[in-house]
Amino acid sequence: MLCMICKEKEAKIHLTDVKQGEIKKWDLCEECAKAKGIDDQSFALADLLMGLGASQELAPAAGADAMPGETACPACGFTQADFKKSGRLGCPECYVTFGSGLAGLLKNMHRGTRHVGKMPRAQRQGRELQEQLKALQRKLDDAVAVENYEEAAHLRDEIKGLKQNLSGTLAV
Amino acid sequence: MNLSEFLSPPGAHGLPSGPNDKIVLSSRVRLARNVRSFPFPGWAKKPERVRACLAIQPAVEGLPQMKDGFTESMEALSALDKQILVERHLISREHAAKAAGSGLVISRDESFSVMVNEEDHLRMQSLRPGLQLKEAWQAIDAMDTALEAHLDYAFSPELGYLTACPTNVGTGIRVSAMLHLPGLVLAEQVNQIIQAVNKLGLAVRGLFGEGTEALGNVFQVSNQMTLGESEEEIVERLSKVLAQIIEHEENARATLLEKKPKVVFNHIGRAYGILANAHSVSSKEALNLLSLLRLGVDHGLFPGVDRTLADHLFIMTQPAHLQSRHADRLSADERDIHRADMLRDALRKVNRPAAPPAAPPLDKGV
Repeated sequence: MLCMICKEKEAKIHLTDVKQGEIKKWDLCEECAKAKGIDDQSFALADLLMGLGASQELAPAAGADAMPGETACPACGFTQADFKKSGRLGCPECYVTFGSGLAGLLKNMHRGTRHVGKMPRAQRQGRELQEQLKALQRKLDDAVAVENYEEAAHLRDEIKGLKQNLSGTLAV
Repeated sequence: MNLSEFLSPPGAHGLPSGPNDKIVLSSRVRLARNVRSFPFPGWAKKPERVRACLAIQPAVEGLPQMKDGFTESMEALSALDKQILVERHLISREHAAKAAGSGLVISRDESFSVMVNEEDHLRMQSLRPGLQLKEAWQAIDAMDTALEAHLDYAFSPELGYLTACPTNVGTGIRVSAMLHLPGLVLAEQVNQIIQAVNKLGLAVRGLFGEGTEALGNVFQVSNQMTLGESEEEIVERLSKVLAQIIEHEENARATLLEKKPKVVFNHIGRAYGILANAHSVSSKEALNLLSLLRLGVDHGLFPGVDRTLADHLFIMTQPAHLQSRHADRLSADERDIHRADMLRDALRKVNRPAAPPAAPPLDKGV
């Protein structure tokens, strides 16, 4: 097979690039690949780990005005350029800093975009209380609607107690 | 306590056995966790890594599961110790390359191991013999719950447990099983199976994980996606796929025995011949031959021999384990000679494969 660019030399490098569902195949000779910047060094680890183009995905997160590589995580100083090099993030806060750029990446990589499954107890209890609170609030609304004030007063006290509980949990 | 005193000599009391261990060598569940206030290990500077380690390792040591366990800084372990830990699947190859600012805690029975400051602050695994994915998940889940009381995990309600690499974010879980698939390899069906499994979003790797060869017909199957699916769902999905692979392996073995018995007996007989008589065997060759010995045991060709003999030799013939039995530093050539000596010695008590029985007693009771 001949190189797609020079159409002279034997193609030795074969790449498959998938972007927005479109599959593009590249068959290049070593010289043309190098000229295109596809050699061992520029082949970013992030691309290898997460598919071609992954290292560019973080760019939008930095905001359209910023030059690539410019945005740094306020918590740890990590930049997009660092991500391109290593395919890893700098600290937990990076997930916020580069959040919008990561969203696309995660979508391609995983089954969903929202966490389902285990959570630390404090988080879980907080969430359960929130849900309980919502349910009680609905009951209260119903009670008021049918003018069952005795029941409503009872529910109001229960909600008050739960809210205190909730702020206690979140403070942990 | 030094490591060699701590680790059980494999085979000394017979390797632990587990359900389905004819085909499933072991089950493993690993969780990745990070602590909110520290940068990830790969980005942290050395003093930060050391500080994180000092905060995290004592919390792990204090877990009830780690009572009488082994705890050490990676700096204090010799290259040989680290390699032995890799060969036992207690640490990753990446972790073996770590030094100051990284640590390790192993439970007394070696079923739990926690790497501190590998790629994430915490990589904790539960390892069990045979097919026990659910049990391994429950065990590591309990340990994780106990640990979260002492450490402030980096967690986001939306993205779950935050990890250094976005490929692990969410549950941070990797569920895997180590499978012995000589039937599918001999029947040349294993690539089809790998492709089918890959299509389901699961990864198939070699004996030592990422980027390693499937030596000794051993394959590791694991989940890749960690976000958008609960731990139980992942365990369940992998279990279903494993059940199918096991069935295919059983079928491949039965079909081979029926259609090409001479091919099977030839492979096993030759493997026995080399193992019992050779004077130099490389570690790669040993794994491949021992795999066939194991298959021979499964097919009832070595009456009175337990398959744990093959499993024991599988570990003991690895380079670091072999080296650890000798005071002098061995060259690769010397290791091959010592390995062959060990194998000949171990096979002295094993009679040559029985003449193929008319109706091979396939071990159906799996």
